[in-house]
Amino acid sequence: MAYVAVKGGERAIEAAHAWLAEARRGEPAVPELGVDQVEEQLGLAVDRVMAEGACYDRGLAALAIKQARGDLIEAAFLLRAYRTTLPRFVAGAPLDTGAMRIRRRISATYKDLPGGQVLGPTFDYTHRLLDFALAAEGEAPPPPPEAPAEAERMPRVTGILAQEGLMQPEARGEAPAEAEPPDLTREPLAFPAARPLRLQSLARGDEGFLLALGYSTQRGYGNAHPFVGEIRMGEVAVEITPPELGFPIEIGEVTLTECQMVNQFAGSKTEPPQFTRGYGLTFGHAERKAMAMALVDRALRARELGEEATAPAESEEFVLYHCDNVEATGFVEHLKLPHYVDFQSELEKIRQLRATALREAAE
Amino acid sequence: MSAPGMNAPLLEASDLALRYGAVPALDGVSLAIWPGEVVAIVGESGSGKTTLLRVLSGLLPPDAGSVLYRDPEGTAQRLEAMGEAALRRLHRTDWGFVHQNPRDGLRLGVSAGGNIGERLMATGARHYGSIREAATAWLRRVEIDPARIDALPRTFSGGMQQRLQIARTLVTHPRLVFMDEPTGGLDVSVQARLLDLIRALVADLGLAVLLVTHDIAAARLLAHRILVMRHGRVVEEGLTDRVLDDPQHAYTQLLVASVLAA
Amino acid sequence: MSATTGYNFGYLDEDTKRMIRRALLKAVAIPGHQVPFGSREMPLPYGWGTGGIQVTASVIGPADRLKVIDQGADDTTNAVSIRRFFARVAGVETTERTAEASIIQTRHRIPETPLREGQILVYQVPMPEPLFRLEPRVAETKRMHALADYGLMHVKLYEDIARHGHVAISYNYPVMVNGRYLMSPSPIPAFDNPKMHRNPALQLFGAGREKRIYAVPPYTEVRSLDFEDHPFEPVRARAGCALCGSRESYLDEVVTDDAGGRIFVCSDTDYCQSRQARQEAAE
Repeated sequence: MAYVAVKGGERAIEAAHAWLAEARRGEPAVPELGVDQVEEQLGLAVDRVMAEGACYDRGLAALAIKQARGDLIEAAFLLRAYRTTLPRFVAGAPLDTGAMRIRRRISATYKDLPGGQVLGPTFDYTHRLLDFALAAEGEAPPPPPEAPAEAERMPRVTGILAQEGLMQPEARGEAPAEAEPPDLTREPLAFPAARPLRLQSLARGDEGFLLALGYSTQRGYGNAHPFVGEIRMGEVAVEITPPELGFPIEIGEVTLTECQMVNQFAGSKTEPPQFTRGYGLTFGHAERKAMAMALVDRALRARELGEEATAPAESEEFVLYHCDNVEATGFVEHLKLPHYVDFQSELEKIRQLRATALREAAE
Repeated sequence: MSAPGMNAPLLEASDLALRYGAVPALDGVSLAIWPGEVVAIVGESGSGKTTLLRVLSGLLPPDAGSVLYRDPEGTAQRLEAMGEAALRRLHRTDWGFVHQNPRDGLRLGVSAGGNIGERLMATGARHYGSIREAATAWLRRVEIDPARIDALPRTFSGGMQQRLQIARTLVTHPRLVFMDEPTGGLDVSVQARLLDLIRALVADLGLAVLLVTHDIAAARLLAHRILVMRHGRVVEEGLTDRVLDDPQHAYTQLLVASVLAA
Repeated sequence: MSATTGYNFGYLDEDTKRMIRRALLKAVAIPGHQVPFGSREMPLPYGWGTGGIQVTASVIGPADRLKVIDQGADDTTNAVSIRRFFARVAGVETTERTAEASIIQTRHRIPETPLREGQILVYQVPMPEPLFRLEPRVAETKRMHALADYGLMHVKLYEDIARHGHVAISYNYPVMVNGRYLMSPSPIPAFDNPKMHRNPALQLFGAGREKRIYAVPPYTEVRSLDFEDHPFEPVRARAGCALCGSRESYLDEVVTDDAGGRIFVCSDTDYCQSRQARQEAAE
């Protein structure tokens, strides 16, 4: 018998892993990348991995990026697989983004407003010219101008509109205030999904997917008339109430980006015309993601607002089932796994169907 | 003619009310339909006749009032107490619904034979050959060439699609069929042929039909009785000839006059 | 807690295992019904067996003996990877012998060797919803299951026969469980479907990405959908195994050259090797 069945899956896997480690390290003559360098100098990649990995830890996110050779979806996956093994102690108190220590805050709806516009660290208004000085590993950049010492509290634009009754108030939800929000990592999605669940899903969702969907609502696939009421980015305190204490304590700070899109709403039988909100919130500095999320959040509210829901971005099942890039990449990439058995049955079936068709043609 | 329930109405509605916001779509409507009877509900668009059909067929719950349906065993069932599973079963066995637009009542990606066979299969038919036979017989009966059994309905003309929808609906021999403007959107010559076909089938099968139409001529041809609706109320009802030849209500007179003028 | 790995026995924490066991009990109580569960992120990608792994991790004990197959074979890379995972996080004995295993996790096959009472077969399921190609909306398919509204599936079979003369489904062939629920058998070849019927073993199905668990208890009726005059027919290559000569087993086609040369060998490696060993012993 000439044929010997293929063996040695175990050895092949070990060899592949060794090869991967070598490829990750690259040319040994080039100094190895430090996790702290990733954390400090590839900060936006770290932010994205924390957001899609649904775990706020800059150091671990940086490690994941290094381990994943810069593949950010793979890095988010590593972070999630780690996160899922952690015990869950308590649900934090709702974050007060109104009390954010602001590094950036802009509004497209008002020229000036209390607290003013703060550009902060942004690519906006940079000219996208490759900076060859960076390739030459230049010196440290000159220090930025001093930020004004502890700015006044900055009211949110949506709050300003609400004072006039022009902004639809947010439902507080049926659950009592102390009830814990739903947790996607513990309970599977079920439809219809309430808005807290939708926002949670979008916050973990893939930036590219949400960007494309948000974009589609601007191009007529959906009924969007958005204005950026406000984008703010900065640090917010996280508070929890340990059961044994009974009062809230601050356990640290997270950097967040919040986007509030203001959208026209024609009104319904029960409500006069007013503005409605699309909301985006992400870990770290992730403005594009926060804006896209706000557009999609508003699109997903079409049904509750009595609008016709026909566009892809307005379909709850379509958006929420497909925005998770860790699920998506797993299922797309599983096509690499062997499917010989199924393919064999397809082969036999095709041969059978062809034989039938040819026989009938001959008759 | 001693079948159970023969002397009782098949469907009986009392005091139905339904509002869309401030607009009353149904305002105290009561009606009954007996086995084998064709009742036409006529009126202009916006008169509430399509809403009435949806409420009577359980697709839309009324704000007030009730609908009683007598099942083949003669037991009266309240529609609102039936539950979705029982209602769906009813819709695919003892009832039929013919939509104005055949695309709402057909599966356009499924062959003509599959469309006719669906209700049979949904109610347990598991013999491919018998399903084919039934489909062939029904195609013939609605005057579609049985050679088209494996063709997709999207290759059919509008009139053929509507006849296919009727075949698909009647294949399980329902006792009560709801028809929503079945000839709407068709050319006049095609309409006449379809009306003839419906009349023949209704007579052969002894169907009870609730027919919603704004076409007085269709109502005259098919219906034993007529209900005239306006602003969600039944303003006049009676035997077809009586209502059309001797209308009592001013609105009915207007309706009949406008068709005569046309 | 296993000292060598730093992880709990079977990787999952006990709360998660309890949650999954509750879902399994419900699934066993309602054969064929998909039970949603709080699927966890696993250290393997979604679509690579995370559902099956979570089910196995929840039912496995130190005394169990685990077999893992992919495409019927114990030595395919994904089977090796999953077997190593459990050897590491549960420290259980593993085996390649179907008859010796108490738990068999599988992707795409049911072993040829008949299973017995007390064994558990855990299927990895990529898409638990048998109706998803006909109706993608999950909310709607849930309603169809609740109402046992399966006419659409039969329409699909009817259309296949009308067009091709045969049902054109060769794997993941839908089954009716206990006369009530339409169920996806996972992408096993239709050839394996009859093995599910009144099987003495407990059959558990885990879909990690879709977050569903379902089950077929021992000796439950499992019927492949068909018509009386077009009965279900399992298809296999019309050949014998080039290694053990079996004419009953499901065969893989192996291309031996680029001139149309091919041979067929058993997809179930344990079955094939056992037969070869017996033949050698007899000689």
